[in-house]
Amino acid sequence: MNNGPGRSGLIMEEPLLWEKGKKGRNGMSIPESDVPSASLAKELCGEGPDFPDLSEGEVVRHYTRLSQWNFGIDTGMYPLGSCTMKYNPKINEKHAAAEEITSAHPLLDDEYCQGTLRIIYELQNFLAEITGLDAVSVQPAAGAHGELAGMLIFDAYHQSKGKKRSKILMPDTAHGTNPASAALCGYKPVPIKSGARGILDVEQIRELMDEETAGIMITNPNTLGLFEENIREIAEIVHEKGGLVYGDGANMNAVMGIADIKKCGIDVLHLNLHKTFSTPHGGGGPGAGPVCVVEELKKFLPSPRVEFDGSTYRQEEGPDSIGRMHGFHGNYGVLVRAYSYILCMGAEYLKKASQYAVLNASYVKVKLKDHLHLAYDRPCMHEAVFSDKNQQENHVTTLDIAKRLMDCGYHPPTIYFPLVVPGAIMIEPTETESLEELNTFIEVVKKVVKEAANDPELLHNSPSRFKVKRLDETQAARNPCLCG
Amino acid sequence: MRYLPHTDEDVRDMFDAIGVKDFEELFRTVPESCRYDKEMALPAPKTEWDLNKYMAEIRSMMKVSSDHTVLIGAGRYQHHIPSTIPSVMGRSEFLTAYTPYQPEMAQGTLQGLFEYQTLTARLLGVDAANASMYDGASAMAEALLMGLRIAKKKKRVAMSAAIHPHFREVVRTYFHPTEFEIIELPFLENGQTDLSSLAGRDDLAAVALQSPNFFGVIEELELAAEAIHQTGALFVAGFSEPLAFGLLKNPGSAGADIVCGEGQSFGMPKSFGGPGLGMFGCKQKYIRNLPGRLVGETTDIEGNRGYVLTLATREQHIRREKATSNICSNQGICTLTAAMYMASLGGTGLRKLARLNYDRSEYLKQGLSDAGATVCFSAPTFNEFVVEFKNDYSPVQKRLMDQKIVAGLNLGKYYPGFDNRYLFCVTETASKEVLDTVISEVKK
Repeated sequence: MNNGPGRSGLIMEEPLLWEKGKKGRNGMSIPESDVPSASLAKELCGEGPDFPDLSEGEVVRHYTRLSQWNFGIDTGMYPLGSCTMKYNPKINEKHAAAEEITSAHPLLDDEYCQGTLRIIYELQNFLAEITGLDAVSVQPAAGAHGELAGMLIFDAYHQSKGKKRSKILMPDTAHGTNPASAALCGYKPVPIKSGARGILDVEQIRELMDEETAGIMITNPNTLGLFEENIREIAEIVHEKGGLVYGDGANMNAVMGIADIKKCGIDVLHLNLHKTFSTPHGGGGPGAGPVCVVEELKKFLPSPRVEFDGSTYRQEEGPDSIGRMHGFHGNYGVLVRAYSYILCMGAEYLKKASQYAVLNASYVKVKLKDHLHLAYDRPCMHEAVFSDKNQQENHVTTLDIAKRLMDCGYHPPTIYFPLVVPGAIMIEPTETESLEELNTFIEVVKKVVKEAANDPELLHNSPSRFKVKRLDETQAARNPCLCG
Repeated sequence: MRYLPHTDEDVRDMFDAIGVKDFEELFRTVPESCRYDKEMALPAPKTEWDLNKYMAEIRSMMKVSSDHTVLIGAGRYQHHIPSTIPSVMGRSEFLTAYTPYQPEMAQGTLQGLFEYQTLTARLLGVDAANASMYDGASAMAEALLMGLRIAKKKKRVAMSAAIHPHFREVVRTYFHPTEFEIIELPFLENGQTDLSSLAGRDDLAAVALQSPNFFGVIEELELAAEAIHQTGALFVAGFSEPLAFGLLKNPGSAGADIVCGEGQSFGMPKSFGGPGLGMFGCKQKYIRNLPGRLVGETTDIEGNRGYVLTLATREQHIRREKATSNICSNQGICTLTAAMYMASLGGTGLRKLARLNYDRSEYLKQGLSDAGATVCFSAPTFNEFVVEFKNDYSPVQKRLMDQKIVAGLNLGKYYPGFDNRYLFCVTETASKEVLDTVISEVKK
């Protein structure tokens, strides 16, 4: 029986920062003062924060030990659905960390930063080309920030047509960020149920779309890993009523060079550079969520954008722009990584990446569908959604399966999302996993499914190989301790 | 392609297992009418070595580089970054992990974030801090929205005109589609915010100040807190230079209800404006209204201490349109970086470094004043200050640029009538020798 790559190693204990150190140590060089000490009114002075003093070695060991309690994409397969945990190339890190880039101040005149502006300009163009859309702003700092930019563009568009709209159509498979972003713009989400085939039903849209509705937010492929086959017809209905179509591009990794976003009828789309374009997620960020639009909406994009007149790159601010979304140019270092990735991949390998991403997910789906309940037995794109339906009689849940997979050496898939599949297990292998890796993973999942039937306790008591056993999240929320 | 492991044989075997004959059939659910029907027009794939050459060429287009001393701040500060930080924070266990949704295999990130929240709360004088927002500007917008949520019925907020102009622009962007109104408070001749118009008002949900403000001027936070609280509004205190609180009284202890600002100074390079992080905290009674992720301490089934994401019922993945914010991804690794920087400095180091920044900026301020420039605002400043030159300053600025010193940001495009005014920033990276060069060039 295949136990996967998970084995046990030495785990080092490491206290909290303020449980170590001694007053008077320091972990960083500070220049000696070479100027006279200036006076400062006493009433303005504070005592300075109560921070521990640690030596450089203590700090380095602290964080090194912490890092060893973590699992990253470099450690092993991370089939976290909807998150596209593909390999993050090292060369991208090197270019983002180059001194000319990191030392660039964002408020210098354009003539002093032609290099950094050129990267923004070219990345705007690359992303337009990849999506098929006409214009791009790279300013939003994350996917949800891009969604907010998109909703602000919806609002600006409708206001320019003389009428604010109050509602927005929201499929029940949408990421939670979609309704939350729409709500920030005052839109009331009108829920749309997925049809029997797991995709949107045209008639329902026809019924609900009206002239009070700003448009629709569609994730395509959707969060069930299915391509919204009726998207063009849906877009036509929405457009006929004067609405706009928003595309959540979180799942763009399935369709680069395969689907043309503009031809799908989408007017505004955000991309997640930390998913599709290989930038590392850093345990929660920073990401980047560029927003791409059709020509008619270009004037509303966040400003500044970068334009090129054939000799000079310039920052431009348009009068109709929704304005600034970020203090400067967004998470610029993330943009450099994505730019470097696109240059290495070119059109040929970006398309291959999408093909292999779908190939890998389809393979896992076929190999596991007799073992885990498959929510929709249809051709999938980059991810496949299973559930714990077959395990319920043994009182084993999706959470138990996830925790057991950890002991076997895998980050679990996304669990309990999308909400329309109770006990969802959403698997997205990405294109950077090899066939052997997939086979091992498949065998391990099969083994865990068997254990769920024969030894449910094993799963209930997982994980057992980490620094901590299963953590009590209920207690954490009931009596929040947010500060040591 | 080295990132793609598939051989032709693998692909054939997988097609067979799936039961399709080719990619065309694999993608059969993508309608013909939605297909990308041409080759994407992108540059041909580059090898690592060609990419290195290409990027070097782009870098050579930068006229200001790491051997320049940058005496401009305005939200991005040049500070020394110890080499321990990129070395340890570059560890892929931190860098290539996702959001810590599975806490048992993300204790490194989670303990690191808990430590960040704690150090940040101590720095800012608040009861709790979240695990970061995108940046100081979006944090300010979120803080004002939070104030409106807490106030429930009120529809107006006020913000000082001495808040970073870009931060105010972002607030306006966020507020544009809403029914909420923003009132701008002017600044006094001494550079501090004029709060006199607040007297007698009762319609404001929140009032935001920045301290040190955009001009580097230290606001009188305690007096401001009193004036703001008298109107029944919440006091939002912003900042763009957290190092200031190594020396100055922190906003929480001065009475601020919500404190938010930019944390780039803590171990991150300027990097053309990002990534940095939005630091964000509040008083205990408002924590359930906080936007963004929070890490909390808990125990495992054996009673061992551990950390998890918590109070998720505020967040979009649970509450959807009723969430306290739409934020999902935050600034992750930048948050750990800020914590590692705070830990590296320690309390003693932070104070010493803040003092050095203050002393050096006062040295330049005095020197420029002696050289004939006018210091525009009389209130005390930290790190940054505004001066006005009698004569055209641009030739001096050009001469200094030739000596690899970027000296001063013209404020003409940010404030009407400020065409001859320049915002200077001095940190520990500017030696006395550099400052003397600036002073003597101004004297010439």
